[in-house]
Amino acid sequence: MVKLTIDNRTITAEPGQTIMEAAQTNGIYIPHLCYEPRLKPAGGCRLCQVQLGDTQRPPVLACATPVSDGIHVITESDDLASRRRMILELLLSEHRVACTSCDADGDCALQDLSYRYGAKECVYGTYQHSDTGKANYTSLNRGIEYDVEKCVRCSRCVRFCDEVQGVCALTFDGRGITMKVNTAHGRPLHESDCELCGGCVRVCPTGAMRERGARGLGRHKDLTKVPTTCTYCGVGCTLELNVNPRINRVVRVTTQPGQGSNDGNLCVKGHFAFDFIHAPERLTKPLIREHGVFREASWEEALAKAGRGLAAARDQYGPEGVAFLSSSRCTNEENYLMQKLARMAGRTNNIDQCATTCHAPTVAGLAMSLGSGAMTNSIGEIKDVQTLFLIGANPTEAHPIVGLEMKKALRKGARLIVCDPRETWMARHAHIHIKHRPGTDNMLINAMMQHILAKHLHNQAFVAERCEQFDVLRANVQDCTPAVAAEVCGVEAELIRRAAEWYAAGTPSAIFYTLGITEHTCGTENVMNLANLAMLCGQIGKASSGINPIRGQNNVQGACDMGAIHSVLPGYKKVGDATVRAKFAKAWGQELPTNVGGRVTDFIEQAGAGVLKAFYVFGEDPALSEPNQTKVIADLKKLEFLVVQEIFMTETAKLADVVLPATCFAEKDGTFTNTERRVQRVRKAVEPPGDARADWQVLCDVSTAMGYPMRYANASEIFDEITALTPSYGGMSYARIDKTGLQWPCPTKDHPGTGFLHQGRFTRGKGLMHAIKFRPPAEEPDADYPFMLSTGRTLYHYNIGNMTRKTASITQKQDENFVEMHRADAERLGIVAGGFARVTTRRGALAIRAHVGEKVRPGALWMPFHFVESATNRLTNDAFDNITRTAEYKCCAAQVTPAHAETQAPIAPEQAVILARAIMNEEAAAAFYRQAAARLSDPVTREVLEGLMRDELEHKHLIEEFRSGARPLPEGDAFGGSLVESLGSPDFTPDMSPADAFLLAAKKEQLAVEFYEAWAKLYHGGPERDLLLRLAEIERRHKVKVENLFTNAAFPEAW
Amino acid sequence: MTSSSVVDSSVDVGPVAEIVAAHAPFAEADIIGSLQDLQERYGYLPQPALDELARLSGLPVAKFYGVATFYAQFHLQPHGKHTVRVCRGTACHVRGAPGVMDSVTRQLGVAGGETTPDMLFSLETVACLGTCFLSPVMLVDNKYYGNLTREKAVKILEVLAASHTGKGAAN
Repeated sequence: MVKLTIDNRTITAEPGQTIMEAAQTNGIYIPHLCYEPRLKPAGGCRLCQVQLGDTQRPPVLACATPVSDGIHVITESDDLASRRRMILELLLSEHRVACTSCDADGDCALQDLSYRYGAKECVYGTYQHSDTGKANYTSLNRGIEYDVEKCVRCSRCVRFCDEVQGVCALTFDGRGITMKVNTAHGRPLHESDCELCGGCVRVCPTGAMRERGARGLGRHKDLTKVPTTCTYCGVGCTLELNVNPRINRVVRVTTQPGQGSNDGNLCVKGHFAFDFIHAPERLTKPLIREHGVFREASWEEALAKAGRGLAAARDQYGPEGVAFLSSSRCTNEENYLMQKLARMAGRTNNIDQCATTCHAPTVAGLAMSLGSGAMTNSIGEIKDVQTLFLIGANPTEAHPIVGLEMKKALRKGARLIVCDPRETWMARHAHIHIKHRPGTDNMLINAMMQHILAKHLHNQAFVAERCEQFDVLRANVQDCTPAVAAEVCGVEAELIRRAAEWYAAGTPSAIFYTLGITEHTCGTENVMNLANLAMLCGQIGKASSGINPIRGQNNVQGACDMGAIHSVLPGYKKVGDATVRAKFAKAWGQELPTNVGGRVTDFIEQAGAGVLKAFYVFGEDPALSEPNQTKVIADLKKLEFLVVQEIFMTETAKLADVVLPATCFAEKDGTFTNTERRVQRVRKAVEPPGDARADWQVLCDVSTAMGYPMRYANASEIFDEITALTPSYGGMSYARIDKTGLQWPCPTKDHPGTGFLHQGRFTRGKGLMHAIKFRPPAEEPDADYPFMLSTGRTLYHYNIGNMTRKTASITQKQDENFVEMHRADAERLGIVAGGFARVTTRRGALAIRAHVGEKVRPGALWMPFHFVESATNRLTNDAFDNITRTAEYKCCAAQVTPAHAETQAPIAPEQAVILARAIMNEEAAAAFYRQAAARLSDPVTREVLEGLMRDELEHKHLIEEFRSGARPLPEGDAFGGSLVESLGSPDFTPDMSPADAFLLAAKKEQLAVEFYEAWAKLYHGGPERDLLLRLAEIERRHKVKVENLFTNAAFPEAW
Repeated sequence: MTSSSVVDSSVDVGPVAEIVAAHAPFAEADIIGSLQDLQERYGYLPQPALDELARLSGLPVAKFYGVATFYAQFHLQPHGKHTVRVCRGTACHVRGAPGVMDSVTRQLGVAGGETTPDMLFSLETVACLGTCFLSPVMLVDNKYYGNLTREKAVKILEVLAASHTGKGAAN
């Protein structure tokens, strides 16, 4: 340790730390603009100058000078103040000082420092930047805006984009006084490499980089920061919702370095995908189906009907007649209540949540092998892994913050092995990429183990001391040589050998996997085989070494922990065990059900078979997320009674008898458990929309209505009940998890939580090795369906997309379904990049855009599943894992053909005229909203109008694209006269009052809806129809927005 | 849109592979050298060639763009076949550089920083070429011309221009 003084305070520091770091660690502030703890020192702003002892010597930069023993650092003096003042005045001479209208007012380091040192604006005159008033790379971006006149060229954004995010979309353009931040070639941001992580905005010390959507919605002093946990993937990032209570609105999302496992980093979803909270499509009132259509109802009526319907099915049909689907998107408290409701009020073990859709094989497989079905290490340990073994995982897109930690490990020199049929970011940067055939994982893992055993590279002491059934494993793999596996997997044997050697030798190695492993008919076996590999090499039970499933949903770990699974109660206590049942019966005051219960995939089948009669679905959309959608919907329609508790009208909710409006993560209190078993707080930030109520309250009410009363004063009380019944949560309370959460197991009040599992001993005692034989997927390519189709997630969207697709900056980046295919296949079949392809399986067909390249193997196809209008699950196979009933989303046989071979034919002249008119109309609408925005002073109204303007411009763009790729209309389906008429609607006149103009705008929006709908009817399916219907839907939303403005906004007398 | 470079889809990016190969294994330290090679090959840095350079080298295109815009030697716009740099340093100034500049400007019909429409000459001014003993001086490509007069300067450019017409304006 190094000893030094800063302003006469003696402190100690780590050798190699800079003066700035030592000061920060000890809570001493040294002024700075370009320093950022996550970035390498740039020494550019010169504000962190400090004096070392002798004040006669020139000052040094605190951010770039390492500490040394015995130095005396002086951070403030008259000389330093005058130096800093001069630097600030120079910066201010190039800065448009517009604090009165700046969103960063009160949250700006330049403002704070200028105030602190009394720096004046005009000392060195004012410089007019040559880019003033010009468009820049963010002008068309809906998420981020850059203002060169407020930029201090600290380079934090440029360095963050490179050093932390590893994307390097931003750079400095030019030099000297005209230097500015830019993308390469000044490309629009959404067309550049930018991943929209928002990091540039978060590190900007001034108002130069801001969220466009937050403009005018509140300054620092108007906002309250509510710390909470992200609602998307299982990483569980800590973030702050910046709320303007006056308008009950989340304005932006921030984080701080040092906060949470994400250390101040976020991905596009965490930073931008919160617009869904305030989306007009939110469900705000309970709905009851009557004569086939929904009507609004009071809570009393809806709850009574829900309770009555579920209880009646329970009483009439018994435990197999009712089922409950809990939600891994919701809190632990709610999952706990839902499974309690199922077992007490529903008197059945038919309880599940979407772990079945994703990581159920993990929970089952790891429990069988090791005794605990969870990630064995912590996110913070990833950066110290020396050999990363990724299989079936795409962390930079599906779990971006885990991806960042892996990038840290790579920068520290880690070796990376990636086994993935697709060329993901990690695969492109891997030292070994095994691009094996989908569904051949067990062949690959067995061959690795065979090679390790043949070379005696396994950890013999570990195997002898801590594992069982080693002989079974050895016998199973002995004939599975890398040469044999190479044939089946379609890769070189040498790669398998090298990967095996590297993994065995890593100090330490760690396995990371996700749904590429689990979503197979052999999912659980895949997981157990990875456990075999880890145990064989002793690469488990240590820091930075183990087997790490990265969980998909924000609280899928918690939903499992809470016993929202048919076979286990909270804390994975087995339902089949009478002692366990007795313990819970005592706590809950009623005997527990003893039926076996099923999984969501069983529920759907049983509904189809007429066994399941009543179904309560909470925060899940099986009609879109389960495989073979056509069959799923047909099965669900056979239910006698369906209750759906949701925030949006999902595909499942559309089938319901009762719809209960739910609340999202920003509107309620509770806890989420992330992938590293960390239980973290979720806090209410805004009031729910309309009559929506906190879900834990609704669950209590439904249970009460079913005859099992539940009452809790608040979420904390539920959590206390959970900790009393769940030993691994036993030591937790809201007070203890307040700041950073706690990782289970945490059995006692003084237990610090557990960073990594299985130290010295596996949860089940000895690790159990299994003989896993390779089994091919349920459906393999054949002559009729020669391709292998896999599905997965993209960076920008989350699962069924109904949350992320509410954010304009995200839809600008990606808003339609696509299929990735190999260039050679595309050329052979005559499919052009960016053109449409028809993907067909035995279950359905979709015409979607083709992304052509080398990302997938020849013969393979890959599609995301985020787009309701083009549901990929119409294609997927309802074949299931033999143990957990998880569907084989990763493998099904498919055919692909060019869609609309006739696309190249010129479109009919009348169609061309209509298209041109539609484009002109969209342009005119955009112009109207732009002019209206410019003339109104209220920032909220203005923001809405600008949003409308951007939408209309986007429409124009879409129609232009449509024009280049649309099919000509079928014979006899020419545009009708009414369609043409609706285009020639009355026009705005210059003397129109603002109120009249808005009324006319609303009318025009209505006409637009009718126009697009009529047009869509002319196409019998296909992407054209989907696109036109989507346009109609947006125009319908516009109409509502314009009407709302008309009612609520204060208009001037005249323009 | 903020870019000043001209996007030319007719640019043949084939030769970029050779340039990248010449720098293998490509590291960040090769950015400047590869940009120089690229400019040598194309006369400027065409956007498609820069994108290709980034793709083949595995480095982000923003890194190349940042370097390319930082140094005055790199051009993102099509540049003349010959670069004429007229020195306006103190020594040259007192020995008649303003007159030389004036006659060069008239001869080429473009101002400093511009390129002739036939893409033969790009005219630049330089604060000092470091050859004050030759003042007034101009540098055409890599060749210095000293002790200039208005007439000498014009003659040099005329000869150079004629050499191209003579060869049927090769390139």
